[in-house]
Amino acid sequence: MAGPKYPGFDTLALHAGQSPDPATGSRAVPIYQTTSYVFRDTEHAASLFNMERAGHVYSRISNPTVAVLEERLAALEGGVGAIATASGQAALHLAIATLMDAGSHVVASTSLYGGSHNLLAYTLKRFGIETTFVTPRKLDDWQRALRPNTRLLFGETLGNPGLDVLDVPAVADIAHRAKVPLLVDSTFTTPYLMQPFKLGADLLYHSATKFLGGHGTAIGGVLVDSGRFDWEASGKFATLTEAYAGFHNMDFEEESGTRAFLLRARREGLRDFGACMAPMTAFTILQGVETLHLRMPRHVEATRKVVQFLAAHPAVGKVIYPELADHPDHALAKRLLPLGAGAVFSFEVKGGTDGNVRRAGKVFIESLRIFSHLANVGDAKSLVIHPATTTHYRMSDADLQKAGITAGTVRLSIGLEDPQDLIDDLDRALRASQK
Amino acid sequence: MKLTVDGRAAFAYTANHQLDAAKRTVVFIHGAGLDHSWFGLQSRYFGYHGWNVLALDLPGHGRSAGPPLTAVPAMADWVIGVLDAVQVQKAVLVGHSMGTLIAIECAARHAARVERIALIGTAHPMKVGEAFLDAAKRNSYDAFDMSTIWGHAPQVPLGGNPNPGMWMYGDTQARLERLAPGVLYADLNACNQYSLTGAVKCPTLFILGRRDVMTPPRAAKSLQEQIPGAQTVLIDTSGHSLMAEAPDAVLDSLIAFLGSGS
Repeated sequence: MAGPKYPGFDTLALHAGQSPDPATGSRAVPIYQTTSYVFRDTEHAASLFNMERAGHVYSRISNPTVAVLEERLAALEGGVGAIATASGQAALHLAIATLMDAGSHVVASTSLYGGSHNLLAYTLKRFGIETTFVTPRKLDDWQRALRPNTRLLFGETLGNPGLDVLDVPAVADIAHRAKVPLLVDSTFTTPYLMQPFKLGADLLYHSATKFLGGHGTAIGGVLVDSGRFDWEASGKFATLTEAYAGFHNMDFEEESGTRAFLLRARREGLRDFGACMAPMTAFTILQGVETLHLRMPRHVEATRKVVQFLAAHPAVGKVIYPELADHPDHALAKRLLPLGAGAVFSFEVKGGTDGNVRRAGKVFIESLRIFSHLANVGDAKSLVIHPATTTHYRMSDADLQKAGITAGTVRLSIGLEDPQDLIDDLDRALRASQK
Repeated sequence: MKLTVDGRAAFAYTANHQLDAAKRTVVFIHGAGLDHSWFGLQSRYFGYHGWNVLALDLPGHGRSAGPPLTAVPAMADWVIGVLDAVQVQKAVLVGHSMGTLIAIECAARHAARVERIALIGTAHPMKVGEAFLDAAKRNSYDAFDMSTIWGHAPQVPLGGNPNPGMWMYGDTQARLERLAPGVLYADLNACNQYSLTGAVKCPTLFILGRRDVMTPPRAAKSLQEQIPGAQTVLIDTSGHSLMAEAPDAVLDSLIAFLGSGS
């Protein structure tokens, strides 16, 4: 463009959403550890409550520290705004509860985090919201699953556990032809590796617990709206385009246009469900966001080295990572994830001399010294889990296969340690597993 | 509320109130490529404080049918057409950017219909750079970028939004992306071509942003000199998107200038 320039990603990661504190000059984001805010007078109070003035009333609805994180993520994603939540799961629930009522339908990818699958398959079903699950790379299945009452298409940019790459432009196109939005879980990719709004997604959320926070110290979520979906033109979203008795008969789309979704999500969703983020959590996650552009390339670089090592290791049956040529989404990953396919992947450890794969997996995990055995990803420290002996312990081999894993599947989240130390740790544990 | 003006569907936000003949009426007129919700906080305030509010979507914008009008005098006539449609004889006009030109044109040619005007982020003449106009004419995204970046104070992308959790640049881009092709160009070209020929004699308030790079305060000087007794409020921290960048300062200035609604 001949003319003005936008600040770069790295600059936004450090600055967006915060000016030095006008009261104290504090350069770091102050932690506004307060529940509530003093009104100037009764008129000011009434104006804040009635959305005639901008500002904070009560920290369940908004908080200055949390608002910095929200604005920063909106800036990094290119959205109109964001709402920070108590967890990634709270962000998913907030999105769905804002968009639809009982009797609605969601089409979702089968490749989801287990918590998201549970919410859709079991919990929301109790509240009258049904979900049809489709294999993400089978685009015709997305189309076939649509119903007249479908209100949302949903998938992960990089899906659990097979690292399925969501074809965001193609699924967004299916969604838009059906006049419904596409929501994506961007946790594994972060805005550094993929900006889904540029690819056609309408809404996205992160489990900020993972790479955004980056240090395994805080649970949180962030829901971001592109502002591009035209709720009025769709005609399918009464929660956003019809008078809402719960807020002075406000028609959110008429009131605020591009901000309708976030306005209802904040004014109803945070008010009534209450899954807000605490200011200390927002501060902690902001520390991570400020170095996201430094950490993610390092995560990816180390992952590539570890993947190469494992792919050539005799104790490893298969490595599942989209940058490998044998991954079914390899070409798609090259197109949509040119900066890297993330730092979480899985591989299959072979059975040892007794051929017992579960036992080999168990020995492998227990032999690691640097990798931490726990149920999380996206930490600065490298993490590992063996689903067949932990999260999926009660499943038979056949049931594991249905879930897309095997008794030998191991999931790694590659951290920021010396990559050679990680490789040495894995090599030692793999050798032990084969005895 | 839905209206018909010049045979075409039109929309005006009324802050969820019926018009009341006993109340004064304030009309909000948006700038190039925008819509009624650009005045969200301010229009809602007046609607809930004793005023009839008509926050307009100009033809081809927001919920009003296109095509867009291509000249400021035609836009001014259309605004008067709105007042006719709702049977309001006289109103206060609050314009932003292109909307300020519409307001002064109304005040000059339809003086009996205009009680007073508030001009937020204005210049006269309101010349638009050739590169900006050309990009808009080509429906290039460059025009949206220029509108977004020049439409805010330089510190906006690095500063906090008074509206919690919102990203001003993203909001502006999203609004512009919803426009039909040609709308932004029609607006910008109308601004570029416009010249006030009559005289504005009604009470006038200028609300200007010291950091406005699109219509810097100095560009309003000749207009200020043409309107006797005009008041000016200069907001130190704001760029061109004053209603978003300094919502309370704009609102307080309007409250002081407009007075009571009934």
